[in-house]
Amino acid sequence: MKKYLTLLILSFSVVLATACGDGRMHSHGVYMLVDTSGTYAREMGKASKIINYLLATLNPGDSLAVAKVETRSFTEKDIVAKVTFDKRPSQATSQKRAFKNSIEEFATQVKGSAYTDITGGLIQGAEYLNETKAGIKTIVIFSDMQEELGKGTIRDFPINLDGFRIVALNVTKLGTDNADPRLYLDRLARWEAKVRKAGATEWVVVNDLENNMESILTTR
Amino acid sequence: MSTWNAWLFWPNSVALSVFVMGVLAMLFLYAARKPMHGVIHSVCGLISHSMRFISRWLFQAAEQMGVRNQSVLLAEGQESEAVVIDREFERVGTIIRKDMQEFPALQRKMMEEATRIEDDYRKCGIVPPPPPEWVSALESVAQIKSGGDIPRKLLEEINKSIQKIHDQTVAEFRRSYEERHKILKAMQPSWRAVEKLIGEMDKKMLTLQTNAKQIDGHMGKLEGIRAKDSKTELALTTSSFVQLAISWLVLAIAMGGAFINNKLIALPMSEMVGASDYITSNMKTSDVAALVIILMEASMGLFLLESLRITQLFPRIASMDDTMRHRLMIASLVFLVILAAIESSLALMRDMLISDKASLMRDLASAAPAASDGALSSIPMIGQMVMGFVLPFALAFVAIPFENAVHSLRTVLGVLLVQGMRGLGVVLRFAGLLSKRLANVLESTYDIAIVVPLMIERWVIGMRTGSTEDRGEKERSKSRRAA
Repeated sequence: MKKYLTLLILSFSVVLATACGDGRMHSHGVYMLVDTSGTYAREMGKASKIINYLLATLNPGDSLAVAKVETRSFTEKDIVAKVTFDKRPSQATSQKRAFKNSIEEFATQVKGSAYTDITGGLIQGAEYLNETKAGIKTIVIFSDMQEELGKGTIRDFPINLDGFRIVALNVTKLGTDNADPRLYLDRLARWEAKVRKAGATEWVVVNDLENNMESILTTR
Repeated sequence: MSTWNAWLFWPNSVALSVFVMGVLAMLFLYAARKPMHGVIHSVCGLISHSMRFISRWLFQAAEQMGVRNQSVLLAEGQESEAVVIDREFERVGTIIRKDMQEFPALQRKMMEEATRIEDDYRKCGIVPPPPPEWVSALESVAQIKSGGDIPRKLLEEINKSIQKIHDQTVAEFRRSYEERHKILKAMQPSWRAVEKLIGEMDKKMLTLQTNAKQIDGHMGKLEGIRAKDSKTELALTTSSFVQLAISWLVLAIAMGGAFINNKLIALPMSEMVGASDYITSNMKTSDVAALVIILMEASMGLFLLESLRITQLFPRIASMDDTMRHRLMIASLVFLVILAAIESSLALMRDMLISDKASLMRDLASAAPAASDGALSSIPMIGQMVMGFVLPFALAFVAIPFENAVHSLRTVLGVLLVQGMRGLGVVLRFAGLLSKRLANVLESTYDIAIVVPLMIERWVIGMRTGSTEDRGEKERSKSRRAA
């Protein structure tokens, strides 16, 4: 009887002790870059939908940050909202509501930028996600992937994206792409080569946002 | 290819090299024939003997285990039969104590009823007073010879009084019969009461008779067990298999209940231990915590049933004094109620969390809030809460099939082990036999490889034997001639 009780208490203690185990390895970190340059700023409605999808899908303990792509994006100032959801589901739900409100606020006052520094955003995103120590790290780029760097912006150096998933969303075709589709295909191929060279584990392009949204978070 | 060439005597003429190698190998194998045959026989013999030895050991061990299984099975059967007989006797005792002690009162009641019936019967038998003897007076008047008014008047008067008396007598008779009918009518309830009492007695006697028959059956089984009857042993073994199957079925159902229970409380448990914590790569801490709660409920149920002496998995609890056992029972029950209340509140929390999440999803989808049905919408919540409270008590009864499974598993495993050992013994014996025969097969196969030298050997021996025989024949004919 005593032995049995001791066993019960021990097992309960083990569970309680292990309850504080490392859950970060299972957590998902998502950093979303939203292109606000030129005409792409008009796509903010779609970006909000994607953010809402991410909020609905991410679990307690996961991290999410949304940053805008500007002339120079390697700065914390470009992060519109960031959160690491609480382990308790009820708190996580409240955090998600607050996050949604800040994104809605941002969407109303978004201003177009002159240049598009995607690489800077990638480096910033990698830094943020490395800090969160998430098990799965995904950088979502909501852009036409046409990088335009301003004068004095240097980005032609190797970057480190070891273990990252890179998802390019809503890669719209530019006017020149319609005339010569090779430009579009080359642009995507260039980016894929670049991120793979940087150590990214996956490169995913999602253009059908109605039916293929789950590819954003699903690892292959 | 170069390695192959290295083995050739003449790399340019492969066929010749292979032929020479074959001849050399054949010569070597012929030279090593006797030792090789010896080796083949020794190895096969060794394998055969080892297998036979192991097989024999397995059969002996299976026999010993069978005997042990038998004694355990019979002991268990005896114990369980003794318990059943004890219970039956207890039941009979209770019937006798409860019902038979009422028998004197019942008998007295029946006697009273019988006396009352007898009295009534006697009353029925009372004859009404006979009519007055006016007939003889009439005869006397009729004998008067002188006529006249006087006799006529007299006769008229007599007629009048006779009519009157006749009427009175008839009325008396009618009243008397009426009274008898009344008495007979009053007897009806008494008869019915007697009939009812007899029926009750009959029923009680029938129950007693059934119990006696059951006891007889159990006593027969017990006698069979004590006599180590093979029929009884077989029946007990079969019973163990059936019991195990039934117990597993019930346990599987209980596991289904536990799974549902786990689903019910896993989400709210994540509110306490965190939703993103994992114990192993794919085992959430909240799931394990919910499982622990369920296991604790099952344990408390086990202790409760143990302290109620329904199950007897822990002899220590069974041998406790009544006060301690009672305390343990109350403690287990209190813990079980607390755990059930916790689970019920967790079910409520689950519903709240799900509602909150659904509301968030609506916000994210920019959808209008769902119309509330008032009382109808709270039915799932109430259902979950009730289920959360009831399931722990339902799980508590798992202890009964669990005990059954534990007890019957020993017998079933024992039987399977014995059968397995016997089967393995047969296989090994057969393999040993094959190994023994294999020696001859290998020997012949070896001889096939050196068939040419063997043929030469046979030919040479034949030649020698033939020349010796010829010489002998010649000598024999010479001696015959000389003779």
